[in-house]
Amino acid sequence: MKPTDTSDPDYFHKVVDCQYACPSHTPVPEYIRLIAAGRYDDAYMINWQSNVFPGVLGRTCDRPCEPACRRGRVEAEPVAICRLKRVAADNKTDIRDRLPAIPKQKNGKKIALIGGGPASLTVARDLMPLGYEIDLYDDQSKGGGFMRSQIPAFRLPETVLDEEVNYILDMGVVTLFNQEVTSMKEILAKNYDAVFVGTGAPRGRDLPDLPGRKEGDANIHIGINWLASVAFEHVKKIGKRVLVLGGGNTAMDCCRTAIRLGGEDVRVVVRSPKSEMKASPWEIEDALHEDIPIYENHNPKAFITEQGRLVGMLFDVVEPVFDEKGQRTLVPTGEEVMMPCDDVLMAIGQLNAFPWIERDIGIEFNDWDMPEVDKTTFQTSLSQVFVGGDAAWGPENVITAVAHGHQAAISIDKHCQSEDVRDRPAPDFNLASQKMGFHDWLYDAHISDDARNIVPLVDKKTAIADRKLEVEKGFDFSQGYEEAMRCLNCDVQTVFETDRCIECDACEDICPVDCINFIDNDTEDNLREQIKVKATNLDQSLYVSDTLKTKRVMVKDENVCLHCGLCAERCPTGAWDMKKFLLHSATAASNRSKP
Amino acid sequence: MTYIRPNFRHPESLRNDAGYSIKHYEGALSTLCAGCGHDSISAAIIKSCFDLNLAPHKIAKISGIGCSSKTPTYFLGKAHGFNSVHGRMPSVTTGANMANKDLLYLGVSGDGDTASIGMGQFAHVVRRNLNMVYIVMNNGCYGLTKGQDSATADQGSVSKKGVPSVFDSIDLCQMALQLGAGLVARCFSGDKKQLIPIIKAAIQHQGFAFIDVISPCVTFNNTPQSTKGYEWVREHMEATGTIDFIPDRTEITLDYPAGSSRTVTLHDGSELHLQKSSADYDLSNRKAAMQQIETVKEQQKILTGLIYHNDTKLDTHGKINTVDTPLNALTQDELCPGSEVLAALNAKLR
Repeated sequence: MKPTDTSDPDYFHKVVDCQYACPSHTPVPEYIRLIAAGRYDDAYMINWQSNVFPGVLGRTCDRPCEPACRRGRVEAEPVAICRLKRVAADNKTDIRDRLPAIPKQKNGKKIALIGGGPASLTVARDLMPLGYEIDLYDDQSKGGGFMRSQIPAFRLPETVLDEEVNYILDMGVVTLFNQEVTSMKEILAKNYDAVFVGTGAPRGRDLPDLPGRKEGDANIHIGINWLASVAFEHVKKIGKRVLVLGGGNTAMDCCRTAIRLGGEDVRVVVRSPKSEMKASPWEIEDALHEDIPIYENHNPKAFITEQGRLVGMLFDVVEPVFDEKGQRTLVPTGEEVMMPCDDVLMAIGQLNAFPWIERDIGIEFNDWDMPEVDKTTFQTSLSQVFVGGDAAWGPENVITAVAHGHQAAISIDKHCQSEDVRDRPAPDFNLASQKMGFHDWLYDAHISDDARNIVPLVDKKTAIADRKLEVEKGFDFSQGYEEAMRCLNCDVQTVFETDRCIECDACEDICPVDCINFIDNDTEDNLREQIKVKATNLDQSLYVSDTLKTKRVMVKDENVCLHCGLCAERCPTGAWDMKKFLLHSATAASNRSKP
Repeated sequence: MTYIRPNFRHPESLRNDAGYSIKHYEGALSTLCAGCGHDSISAAIIKSCFDLNLAPHKIAKISGIGCSSKTPTYFLGKAHGFNSVHGRMPSVTTGANMANKDLLYLGVSGDGDTASIGMGQFAHVVRRNLNMVYIVMNNGCYGLTKGQDSATADQGSVSKKGVPSVFDSIDLCQMALQLGAGLVARCFSGDKKQLIPIIKAAIQHQGFAFIDVISPCVTFNNTPQSTKGYEWVREHMEATGTIDFIPDRTEITLDYPAGSSRTVTLHDGSELHLQKSSADYDLSNRKAAMQQIETVKEQQKILTGLIYHNDTKLDTHGKINTVDTPLNALTQDELCPGSEVLAALNAKLR
């Protein structure tokens, strides 16, 4: 193999598994260390800069970082990164004086944001400090979009959402709430310098062709619409027997909301096996904790009505059958099940819908009737129109919408300043030695043996009695500290300098997880076979040095490195050093500050 | 900041056939200087015992005084250990071995502990062919007392102090050969490929097995002009051959050119394959071994690898004809068979 090029920021970024997996590339280990140090404001601001909604995400994030966490490969469970973010948000003081200053003198450019969800708000957050004037349109009465209408208050208290939405709106965004945009043509006619579409995926899937659908309509609801009605207090109760169709996170929110609104026999019914449910494992766990049963392999067949009123649902019991290619089909077993019910909530998927964008104004639509959006620039074929969040390619999650918002803001800024939108700014990063002295590092290299902390919950009965009572209490100080100490500091990199190495093997001998090897160079495949413990995780890189004096090379498998620093500790010549790699993704602001 | 070894190990590292993980063979975290060759030897001992599926509690590690003699703390934490008096490791090992011959005796010593204060003891333990592995961690200096030249420092070798050593050095391999050791080897701590199979062979050897391991002292004796430094040793090593240790019952798939290889069968059935670098050198010939050490030394090089092997000699227990049961397992009935047996014995002598 060729020597690893560590000057490419992508190499060390990839080692920081959590940050790399995060769509917004939040510097996770950095803020976790700040939490351990009790510097909650600093930890919060690192988050705020990167993911805009730390308090919201600390409760509701899809956590792509956690399955990626190196700790999960070393022991049973990853670090509770998401809930640590909440620790920072819960314990911070007033941070408003740290928010960026908004120039009084505007730059003369005006932007329209359609939809007030996380993607649009991120665009506003990134562009307001640069002097843009921004109009935000939303058909709801408050900002937040999906975060407000579809995440129940028992998971995300309104105060937390309001606070973080207001940090942005208070920058001077002109809000045009309760205004449904029905024509893109009209918006374009207002001569905005750019228009950002962040309207989400607002249309819930229906089962229009199922027998009884029309007759039972009064008690058959689209999940996301029903959740929105609950959030805005248009709906305050539901029948005693409720069937929730679907196995995603919306279904979990629907069933848990239903038991808080008077549902006594609430069931989740999914077509496929439980193992294939799309909901995050922890959200399924939360529903089960509230004693909500999940029925698998039940395919909806008909709504049963009596005298024009819904009385139940009929299901085909199916069985998953796999063909030679591993393709799964659900084959009916011939058995039918009838479940009596008063209400049905359908949470079986969401679609994008753009009836309000005229097809003759220069925005190209693809075969699926979705606008053609560039994956890098988020630009449509009409150069001043940009799309992001769920509106771009279908339902994802809040953190992805934020990531889209950052990129779209860069494009909008470049577009407005007549720069090439394809010329993307590089991330900001640095690599700094953590060595203080003998056995003394700037980071806490000691590896905690503690198992993952469990977030304490409000008593079940109390929680179910109050729709707005937050179920999770969050970590207290000591739990937050303990959990923070579980972080392996993957951003503190093991950096090897070939010329200093005397090949004493001290690092190889001391490494507790056998990742360091001094062997003859070979192809990557062969090296992965030949090192002490085979490098079977192909997602993880091999770090290869230049050729050493004995013609061998140092090969380090990054896979389960604990970043404990013992290699550097035991190195007599300083060939190994522990260096902190801090990367901030580019934003519209960092693009501007560059020469 | 403290300096603590994490408790996690590679989740995919395997257990050996005896069911132990590598962690069962580890000891406390080393307090020797970073980069010390002794730590590499400790790691080689750990790996050898792991590979040989030895039960850690069936091993006794015994040492004297010095940096080398501290190392038993850093490997085989579950084994028996005795950190004895300076230079007295051989007599303590002899005593232990006499009492319980069922354990594996791993003697660890240094150049000072063996070639100076312990020379008398060393000579006699070799002569008696005690069944043990004797490892000298040889760095040519007294590291614990700030690096003075030791008795194995070669004449002209320059340590950190910068003054060439004025005296002739003692070659411990030659001494061991002369005193009748059954297995004699010299290794380098920086070459585990060679060191590990030789430690395994020494463990399986019945009788006295001696390994002189050149182990650089990074703090006091790792200058370019030191004959015990990493650089010098790497440039001047001349191996007797490459070694492969083949455990018992393993199908041998290695293919050696005729005439240049030698297979040594060890007492447990495992085998040592030596790919010799010089075809006319006979490993079982003591005179030839002596000759070879001298020849290579004349070329300003260090002969490494397995130098001599002969397991036809009886070990101490064989020579003094002890019973098969370890002495510490003999009960009062066997040790005091009663007055009738005594009377019969006395009658025979009348």
